[in-house]
Amino acid sequence: MATASVATHDTAHDHHDHEHHDNFVTKYIFSTDHKMIGKQFLITGIFWALIGGLLSVLFRLQLGFPDMNLEWLRPLLGGWITETGQLDQTFYLALVTMHGTIMVFFVLTAGLSGTFSNFLIPLQIGARDMASGFMNMLSYWFFFVSSVIMFISLFIKTGPAGGGWVVYPPLSALEQAIPGSGLGMTLWLVAMTFFIASSLLGGINYITTVINLRTKGMSFSRLPLTIWAFFLTAVIGLLSFPVLFAAALLLVFDRSFGTSFYLSDIYIGGEALPNTGGSPVLYQHLFWFLGHPEVYIVLLPALGITSEVIATNSRKPIFGYKAMIISMLGITILSFIVWAHHMFVSGMNPFLGSIFMFLTLIIAIPSAVKVFNYLTTLWRGNLIFTPAMLFSIGLVSFFISGGLTGIFLGNSAIDIQLHDTYFVVAHFHLVMGSASFFGLVAGVYHWFPKMFGRMMDARLGYVHFWLTFVGVYMVFFPMHYIGIAGFPRRYYSWTGFEFSNMYTDLNMFVSVAAIITFAAQFIFLFNFFYSMYRGRKASSNPWRSTTLEWTTPIVPGHGNWPGEIPTVYRWPYDYSKPGAEEDFIPQTVPLSATPESNLPHEQEQVKTEMEIIKDESEALIANEAKES
Amino acid sequence: MYGFLIAVGVVLLLSIVWMVYRIQTLVSVVKGSDKKIASGSNKVNAFLFLVFLVAVGGLMFWYSIKEFDNYQLPIASEHGVVTDRLFWITMAVTGVIFIITHILLFIFPYKYQYREDRKASFYPENNKLEVIWTTVPALVLTVLVITGWMAWSDITAPAPENAHVVELMGYQFAWDIRYPGQDKVLGDNDYRLTTAINPMGIDFTDQKSVDDFPSPKVVIPKGEPVLFKIRARDVLHSVFAPHMRLKMDAVPGMPTRFWFVPNKTTAEMRAELKNPDFNYEIACTEICGRGHNSMRRVIEVVEPAEYQKWLTEQKTFLQMNPALADGIEVEVKEVAEIQ
Repeated sequence: MATASVATHDTAHDHHDHEHHDNFVTKYIFSTDHKMIGKQFLITGIFWALIGGLLSVLFRLQLGFPDMNLEWLRPLLGGWITETGQLDQTFYLALVTMHGTIMVFFVLTAGLSGTFSNFLIPLQIGARDMASGFMNMLSYWFFFVSSVIMFISLFIKTGPAGGGWVVYPPLSALEQAIPGSGLGMTLWLVAMTFFIASSLLGGINYITTVINLRTKGMSFSRLPLTIWAFFLTAVIGLLSFPVLFAAALLLVFDRSFGTSFYLSDIYIGGEALPNTGGSPVLYQHLFWFLGHPEVYIVLLPALGITSEVIATNSRKPIFGYKAMIISMLGITILSFIVWAHHMFVSGMNPFLGSIFMFLTLIIAIPSAVKVFNYLTTLWRGNLIFTPAMLFSIGLVSFFISGGLTGIFLGNSAIDIQLHDTYFVVAHFHLVMGSASFFGLVAGVYHWFPKMFGRMMDARLGYVHFWLTFVGVYMVFFPMHYIGIAGFPRRYYSWTGFEFSNMYTDLNMFVSVAAIITFAAQFIFLFNFFYSMYRGRKASSNPWRSTTLEWTTPIVPGHGNWPGEIPTVYRWPYDYSKPGAEEDFIPQTVPLSATPESNLPHEQEQVKTEMEIIKDESEALIANEAKES
Repeated sequence: MYGFLIAVGVVLLLSIVWMVYRIQTLVSVVKGSDKKIASGSNKVNAFLFLVFLVAVGGLMFWYSIKEFDNYQLPIASEHGVVTDRLFWITMAVTGVIFIITHILLFIFPYKYQYREDRKASFYPENNKLEVIWTTVPALVLTVLVITGWMAWSDITAPAPENAHVVELMGYQFAWDIRYPGQDKVLGDNDYRLTTAINPMGIDFTDQKSVDDFPSPKVVIPKGEPVLFKIRARDVLHSVFAPHMRLKMDAVPGMPTRFWFVPNKTTAEMRAELKNPDFNYEIACTEICGRGHNSMRRVIEVVEPAEYQKWLTEQKTFLQMNPALADGIEVEVKEVAEIQ
């Protein structure tokens, strides 16, 4: 396979001179083609989303209907249903843990970044493939191995990891503390190690590709915001995932080799452990040094996708392109220095708490700028409500609702009461979970024609959107009330306390809404798989978009463009430009070809552009002469 | 039998949905609406955003007002009054932003829905606007941060000298409570001394431990500073007293603390809520294993005089279980017996 060598434009020429044949294995399994790898990530991500969603339905049954007889789940859950037909308490904790782990890492990191960074980066910057196709393949297969291990851990006798998705030691370090901290936790750590390797391989590739393989004319100031988002996401991942690895490694040492990084002064199971001098708070610092940037790892790609979808379907340039980039840069940098706001009441020095409160609330500013820019982009647009557009608008709504509650939680004084209550659950499920999930779905609807050459059914998309959008609010909005009332997270039941022995009706409502929302996702699944084979054939540019991926053949082959890679002459948001005939001008149209719509400063660039084109065509002719 | 009928019903339902879907697809192909840039659904979707704004917005307001007394926990500490005020100020500020942005977000789709005869405005940037909506949130946030920071500094400042000390030790799955006794100083403890009869691992060779006493509930005086000294014996726990607006993790190997001033006795709160069974409670808010949701303890806030009386009535560890003094030097033993 000649993919790895397709690095520069020069070699790209002869690449297409010889045909190469993929067999089933090299095309669908050990593929080095970024488009196939993107699809592999997507399908695996969808699989995990179903598992993760199903787990949440199981524990929502317990929370909404604590008295229900769950005997009918015995065929699925076996011994985890107690003799009285209730969900086992430790298994409940394992469900919560695995739901979090799966959704955060496997769905919203791998499923979102993995899918769209892989699929879109080469297509939107005008590259034949990723910088290293082989590393890219490894990235997927490390993820796959990680998935298999994590999946197996769901079925072992002692159950999967059960200490919450943050797996704080000592709970996660001591088998005596909870059965999930035995083999389940070991598998969790092994799976996460592979996952981190996968993320790093992917991230290095995305960064390298964006820096090195942009086509002619594709300067950083002409990159679509999707690419900016993927690029910065990869940078965040590259800098923060190794720290998670360090945290996990030290945890492995503590668990298996008798070290005391996180353990000290512990008496458990009738004996005093020898460990001394460690600090559980150290783990929390290390974990959240990834954990917080992770929020932006899942959110930024979704915001990037939204920027693209909203601009395209508003038929308007994204408002404040530069401000958007600066905001994202700001978020990237700030995301590394706010982590301890997860730890205000961890026993950490309160002075640190003040520092992190200042830094945390600063990060609200770029986020606010992004929201205002989205709103202004919609203003006086000509909005077409494709399913992708609906989901993008939904994302902005979640980003606002969930983002604003972050201002409460980032304020350490207010956080004392709200920390680890359902208010937090409501907050991050809206701003990070649902918003990123909507970004993912919007991306699938928008780029499905490019992925499979067919259209997804729009009406099913509308139904899917409205059910999901209303459903998500019905699930997570009530949690604010429950949280203000002080209901703690990760509780199997709240009836043991007088202050929380209420709101059974509201919890039942949330559970019903969750089940309906989950069921609505099957509309999407049907639409996805049905349209893949039977959907309406797509045209080459169905959304009449300006970016490069729509200049490829409807189903781009290996190397993406037959013949020359197109050159880019303008930014990606020339929608509804005054004077232009159509309401969009693709990035590949030279400024010199559109004198009627050029802005004054663009008219000045026409001359230099003409010179470049002239030089290049001369070079091309010379080249061809040499070759023949 | 029911299972079979349900299955038939589901199959029927699915096939009807399927046929409706096929028919409307064919109809749209015949009508040619699938070729249009924006079909009739565009209007429906635009309209639905308005419906959503009104319906869900209305639901939210109605429920928030109706349930206010239910989700708003009564406050029983001095700093709780401050943090709750901050909470509601923040709620007001963010609420206004929430409402304005959402009205715009859902009205724009209706107002600017696609029309063939209109072209969108080419409006790529406006630096003045960007500066405005960078600085305004920055200023608002500065105010919120500074008020929050002042409250936080007060709350986390060192406890006053005269604070009444109570030790809370978390373990799977309960809290043990220890009072320092007459000398007002807690005796040493060492986790290696933990046994079935000495679950808190108290070092009884330390003179200061001699008058320490346990209690099944936290009893504290109203209007006087109380210092919780918090530790954990096995895994992380977190002391959460919702009415006191108090939360602090219990960390093995790293004692933590939280001080506060309760401002309503249990009796006063019972009268205020007209609930004679009301109790202040402590819960655990850091996942700690199977019984995480069952680590309940009651806090009883009483008048200072009553508190002093209660203190004198308590029996020390050593009085309750003289066996704890076994193997300890005679001197200490004698002191314990005298008391």
